[in-house]
Amino acid sequence: MLRRTIIGLSKQLQTLSSNNVKQCRGIHRTVGVHADEGDDLKEKPVYPGSKQLEFVNQLNFLNPDNEPAIPVYRVMDRKGRIVKHQGASEDPNLDKDTVIKMYHDMTLLNTMDKILYDSQRQGRISFYMTNFGEEGTHIGSAAALTKNDWIFGQYREAGVLMWRGFPLEAFMDQCYGNSGDGGLGKQMPVHYGSKELNFVTISSTLATQMPQAAGAAYAIKRSGKDACVICYFGEGAASEGDAHAAFNFAATLNCPIIFFCRNNHFAISTPSTEQYKGDGIASRGSGYGMMTVRVDGNDVFATYNATKAAREICVKESRPVLIEAMTYRLGHHSTSDDSSAYRSVDEVSYWDKQDTPIARLRHYMVNKGWWSEETEQKWKNESRMRVVKAFEKAEAKKKPSPDLLFTDVYKEMEPHILKQQQAMKAHVMNYKEHYPLDKFEKWKD
Amino acid sequence: MATITSKMLFSSKLFRVFGSKHSCHPLIAVRKAHFTYFPDTAKTEYGETSRMNLVQSLNSAMDIALGNDPTAVILGEDVAFGGVFRCTVGLKDKYGADRVFNSPLSEQGIVAFGIGLAVAGATAIAEIQFADYIFPAFDQITNEAAKFRYRTGNLFDCGKLTIRTPCGAVGHGALYHSQSPEAFFAHIAGMKVVIPRGPIQAKGLLLSCIREDNPCVMFEPKILYRSAIEEVPIGDYSIPLGKAEVLVEGSDVTMVGYGTQVHVLREVATMAKDTLGVSCEVIDLRTILPYDLDTIINSVVKTGRLIVSHEAPQTMGFAAEIATAVQEECFLNLEAPVQRVCGYDTPFAHVYEPFYLPDKWRLMEAVKKVTSF
Repeated sequence: MLRRTIIGLSKQLQTLSSNNVKQCRGIHRTVGVHADEGDDLKEKPVYPGSKQLEFVNQLNFLNPDNEPAIPVYRVMDRKGRIVKHQGASEDPNLDKDTVIKMYHDMTLLNTMDKILYDSQRQGRISFYMTNFGEEGTHIGSAAALTKNDWIFGQYREAGVLMWRGFPLEAFMDQCYGNSGDGGLGKQMPVHYGSKELNFVTISSTLATQMPQAAGAAYAIKRSGKDACVICYFGEGAASEGDAHAAFNFAATLNCPIIFFCRNNHFAISTPSTEQYKGDGIASRGSGYGMMTVRVDGNDVFATYNATKAAREICVKESRPVLIEAMTYRLGHHSTSDDSSAYRSVDEVSYWDKQDTPIARLRHYMVNKGWWSEETEQKWKNESRMRVVKAFEKAEAKKKPSPDLLFTDVYKEMEPHILKQQQAMKAHVMNYKEHYPLDKFEKWKD
Repeated sequence: MATITSKMLFSSKLFRVFGSKHSCHPLIAVRKAHFTYFPDTAKTEYGETSRMNLVQSLNSAMDIALGNDPTAVILGEDVAFGGVFRCTVGLKDKYGADRVFNSPLSEQGIVAFGIGLAVAGATAIAEIQFADYIFPAFDQITNEAAKFRYRTGNLFDCGKLTIRTPCGAVGHGALYHSQSPEAFFAHIAGMKVVIPRGPIQAKGLLLSCIREDNPCVMFEPKILYRSAIEEVPIGDYSIPLGKAEVLVEGSDVTMVGYGTQVHVLREVATMAKDTLGVSCEVIDLRTILPYDLDTIINSVVKTGRLIVSHEAPQTMGFAAEIATAVQEECFLNLEAPVQRVCGYDTPFAHVYEPFYLPDKWRLMEAVKKVTSF
């Protein structure tokens, strides 16, 4: 009798502990552990505001530490070899011209970055931010979109514009704030924008573009166009309240938008380990009810495939998708930052030597027989020449008329602003020698 | 950031209990108002009129806007069922749930979503439930909406964005249901800031804001929502932004205000005439930014005395801007120092509201002061 009881007890204990293990495995399995069978309470929760609720009769906290990390989708390995999944590859099989354009744009951006970075060091432009290491996220995603799709960016997405055909000179004109700048010299360098290319002008304020992009996506959906919006942001910006608003609005209001997070591990000096405690940005997606995927951001084909599929979901199902592209910020945050103050040269060197999106795509092209040392050298020289030529042209241009300081505050110039414009002009004319008038275009009368 | 308190105060259930039966919101018309409403008469060219309160006239404006412009949408917290103040009643049923829709409870999200709609070419009418809760959206308004056209070199703009929000004292709104934050927004180049004094004006100004190619904030004095009733044109009309209106002509003192305070000033003008024999000119500013300085200057050149009055706290309130500008432009005409009769430099406290407000007695004192200086 006693023995039987003990056996019975130990069985119960076993069941209990195995239940514990099951439940501790977390979110996905918890729903399987309901009230005991013998429980005569067949009640179901009826609380509004959540789907398919079940009761459990045992206290269990969901522990994110026990959750497996969301895996990183990739198509090719670090040597540019297409990897297989159950015997099949996910090579998008892009044609030679497209792949070469991808490579050209990534490397052209890289060359432009080097020259503009140096020009800032020489005091020729006031500020610059490079895209080193993240060229693959730009080109891979941009190539998967149509030109009708709208782009909202943060500031490190110049490759997207490059892909869409923004001329080198237009990049330079913006950085110089000269008379060729579509933005009329009003913003800091790298704050690009192009109406023609549906690339909404960058602003410095982090994450503000995110809920705006959701609103734009809503308007585009209502207009009936076959288009979506892509919104880029870094993992640091994802900590802003606007990111939360954006995800939530996009999901509840069924907006066709791709949220594309560049997780490059650093927000200036702050490593991502001090930015969040969860499983990156991707793990937040399902909390908002968004389709989500994490991709290898140094793999241009993985980025391409994910973005292309996301676009389909957006446009066909009118719902947002979150893509988190894992990458590494190879360069300094900006020209105002020396990243050696907070990270080791060895770490940077690892990424630079072992895994860059450019090298990976080059391997792929060489493997295909589409690229060689000779074509590489030829392209290097040509791209450098093109950048230098555009640079010199931009540098030679004058800055816009000082009059333009006052335009576009409102659509029409309001009387009080006109008055201030006239006062400024009169003042500057009186004190000509104290203002850099020779660098600016003349006032238009 | 609408607080839990406000959610409790304005839940639909509560509204049904206190709202529809007595046809007024629980925050409104509970205690005797600190002003007497002076109804307006609509210009005859605006056509046929109907008796409307401020809520109904706003509803009528939005109805016209949605009817004329298929891109126009209304978003905000609780707007779909008609809004906690009933300003959007019936519009969802008439125009569809994709055009009049609830947003999640996030002011920064509402304004930003509205900016995005406008950037992509839609007309966006965003509602912030109380002006007190507009501050979470301050970054989106000041750094984004206001600067969109400027910083993009006019490549992009969000001119089709209008933000509506109830403001001002309401008798017992305390700290977070009473604020008048217009001065914060008057410092933002690129925004237009508008405050109506009654139903006719509200409809005409709101239609102007909605059609304006610049982002606008309209602060609506919520105490007038149901207490201000007049014959409002049922058709389409608009009132230009940036233009003040001389409501009462006078020769001794100029008094400038906006919103509810205009009605206080009108009563003071009558009292001053009757008891002091002083002739006051009353100007309704209507638009805070860009504001109509010329109309004020013309008046002060004539009267030589100026009193500016608003509910918002005095220090750095909009009266400071007007006083400085008038001092610059009318130095030789001024017979007395410019007086500011404003809220005190405290938060807006609950039980002390009668002592806080710049009421008619404080204004009478100011009239005495400028005329006996």
